Amino acid sequence: MSDRIFGAIGLLLALGYAFAALYIEESFLSDAVGPKAFPLIIAAVLACSSLAIILRPDPEPMWPGLPRLLEILFAVLVMVLYATLLPEIGFVIATAVAAAYLTWRLGTAPLWSLVVGISTSVGIYIVFHLILGLSLARGPLGF
Amino acid sequence: METLSSLADGFAIAMTWQNLLLAALGCFLGTIMGALPGLGPSNGVAILIPLAFSLGLDATPALILLTSVYYGAMYGGRISSILLNIPGDEPAMMTCLDGYPMAQQGRAGEALSLSGVASFIGAFLATWGLILLAPQLVKIALLFGPAEYFALFTLAFATLGGVSSTNQAKSAFAAALGIGLATIGVDTQTGVPRFTFGEVHLYDGIDFLVAIVGLFALSEVFIFLEHRHGSADAEGKKIEIGRITPSWSLLKYCMPTMLRTSCLGFLAGVLPGAGASLGSFISYSMEKKLVDKDGTFGKGDPRGVAAPEAGNNAAAGGALVPMLALGVPGSGTTAVLLAVLLSLNITPGPLLFTQNPDVVWGLIAALFIANFMLLAMNIPMVGIFTRVLLVPPRILMPIVAMVSFVGIYGISGSSFDLQVMIGFGVMGWVLRKFDVPLVPIILGTLLGNAMENNLRRAVTIDNGNWWTLVDSPLALGLWTLAIVGFILPLFFGKIVKAGMTRKADAEGSTRD
Repeated sequence: MSDRIFGAIGLLLALGYAFAALYIEESFLSDAVGPKAFPLIIAAVLACSSLAIILRPDPEPMWPGLPRLLEILFAVLVMVLYATLLPEIGFVIATAVAAAYLTWRLGTAPLWSLVVGISTSVGIYIVFHLILGLSLARGPLGF
Repeated sequence: METLSSLADGFAIAMTWQNLLLAALGCFLGTIMGALPGLGPSNGVAILIPLAFSLGLDATPALILLTSVYYGAMYGGRISSILLNIPGDEPAMMTCLDGYPMAQQGRAGEALSLSGVASFIGAFLATWGLILLAPQLVKIALLFGPAEYFALFTLAFATLGGVSSTNQAKSAFAAALGIGLATIGVDTQTGVPRFTFGEVHLYDGIDFLVAIVGLFALSEVFIFLEHRHGSADAEGKKIEIGRITPSWSLLKYCMPTMLRTSCLGFLAGVLPGAGASLGSFISYSMEKKLVDKDGTFGKGDPRGVAAPEAGNNAAAGGALVPMLALGVPGSGTTAVLLAVLLSLNITPGPLLFTQNPDVVWGLIAALFIANFMLLAMNIPMVGIFTRVLLVPPRILMPIVAMVSFVGIYGISGSSFDLQVMIGFGVMGWVLRKFDVPLVPIILGTLLGNAMENNLRRAVTIDNGNWWTLVDSPLALGLWTLAIVGFILPLFFGKIVKAGMTRKADAEGSTRD
C-alpha cells in the first residue's frame, strides 16, 4: 500500500511539474527546443515510473511507530530552529544546544548530553574557526 | 612514454608538503569514516566536501584530500565487517562472510592485515588500469558530439540503478527527480526563470552540495534517530585483534585470488553505474566457484576475505575511469567527486586531459601516494582505527550533523541553504524507506543541466530535427546499450541482489 501512495504522489508531482513547465514564459531569443521541452520529457519519465510503482509495488517497508516518527519530527524542528537562529544567537550557543538535544535523543543521559553538546560545539569552534580560520556565524556575544 | 612523463609531472605536483599532508589527513579521516558502520565513502566525502571548499583549498589540493578520503573509506569499510560483522558500507558486505568467522577464530589481526594488503593490490592495479585506459577512452570521447553526449548521459542513468536497486521503476523515478531538480533556476540558454516560484534564492538553482549533504549525511542521522540503537551492539564489545602482520605463506596463498579479483573488480568499476558493490560481489562469487573445493568459503577462508576487498577497491579505481574521461561517474562516490570537480569549475571529460593535465595527473599521482599511505596506516595502526568503533553513534551522529551544517554554512553563509539541506535530509530518509536509490538523484542534479544543454544543442544544430539524436552509429550504439542496460536488470538485478542479501543473511549479518 505504501508504494501505491508513493506512486500516486509521484504522479501528482509529475502532473504539477508538467503544468508548471507549460507555464514557463517563452523568451524572444529561443533555440529550436526552448525551455519547456526538456522538463516535459522529464515529467513524462516521472509519470511513467510512478505508474509502474503503482502497478507493481514492492513489499511494505518497515514504518516506525508514532513515537519514533515524532522523534524524527522534533529533530527536524530543532534543526530548522537551529538553521534560523544560527545568525541571531551565534554559532557556539546554537550548536551546543542542537548537539546536546540530538545526543540526548539518541540515548545519552541528559546531563551528559549537555557536556557532549558543549564539547562538540567548542571543539568544532576551535578546530574550524580558531585553527582553520573558517568564518562561522557570529552572535551578539561575538562567537 | 608520454603517459609516464605526464605521471612524473603529476608526482611533482602531488609531492609538495601541503598535498602530502592533505593526503595523509584524507586517508586517516577516510578510514575512520569507512570503519564506522553506516557512514560509507559517499557520506564521508559528502561531509568533507563543503569543508574543503570553505577552507578555500585550490582545485588540486581539494581533490587530493577528497580522493584520499574516498580511497581511505574503501579501505576502512572492512574493519567493522571483520570485527563486528557489521559492514561499514555496502561494498564491505561480502567481507563479513569470511572476515567475521576469521575474527571469531582469533585471527582478526590476520584478517585485517590481509584485507589491507588485498585492498592495496586492488587499488594499486586499478590505478594503473586508470592510467592505461582513461587516455584511450578520451580518444573515443573526442568523437562525441552533443547527440552522443545526450545518449551517453541516458546510458549512465539507465545503468545506474541496475544493480544498486531491485526496482528499475524506482531508479528511473530517482533519476527523473534529480534531473527535475536540476531544471530549477534561470534557464542558461534563454535566461527565463523556471520553477522558481518567484523565490530569488532559487534563481541560481539548487546547489548540489546542499542536496548531497542533506541526502546522504542528514538522512543518516534520521535513520539513527529512528532506530536509536544504531550499532549499539558495538558498544562495550571487547575486540581481540591477535597477530597483526600476515605471514608470507598466507600472502602467497592468497596472491592469485587478489590478482584475479583485482582485474574483475576494475572492469566492474568501469561499467557506468555498477560500482564497488558489484565489484565485491562478483569477485567473491567467482573465487568461490574457482577455488572453493573444500567448501571452506563462509567459514573463515582467508581467500574469501582477500577476494571482495581486492575486488571492491579495484572497482573504486575503475569507477574513476568514466568519471575523468567522459564526465560520467561509475559509482555513487564518484558522483559525489564529480560534484567536487564541477564546483571547482573543472568539467571532467575528454578536454580535461588536455586543458587541465595538472589536475588529472596530480590526482592520479595522489591516488598512488594515498594507496601507499593507506597500506602503511592499515597494517601497523589498525589498532587505532578499531578503537574508533568504540565511540558510540549517539555521540558521533550529532557531530556528523553539526559538521555538515558548518560545512554548508561556511560556503554560503545562508540560513536558507541550511533549511533546504534539512528538507533534503527528510526527503532522503523517506526515499530510503521506500528503497528508492539516492545516487541517481545526485547524478540527476549534477548532470541534468549538461544533459539538457546537449539535447538542445544537438537539435538546434540540425534545425529542430529530433531524429538527429539517433543519427550517428555511435549514438545509436549508446542508445542500444542504454536500453539493454535498463532492461537486463529487470531479469538479472533481482537475482544478483537476492544473492548478495542471501549470502549476507546466511552468515547472520546484523545490519538492518
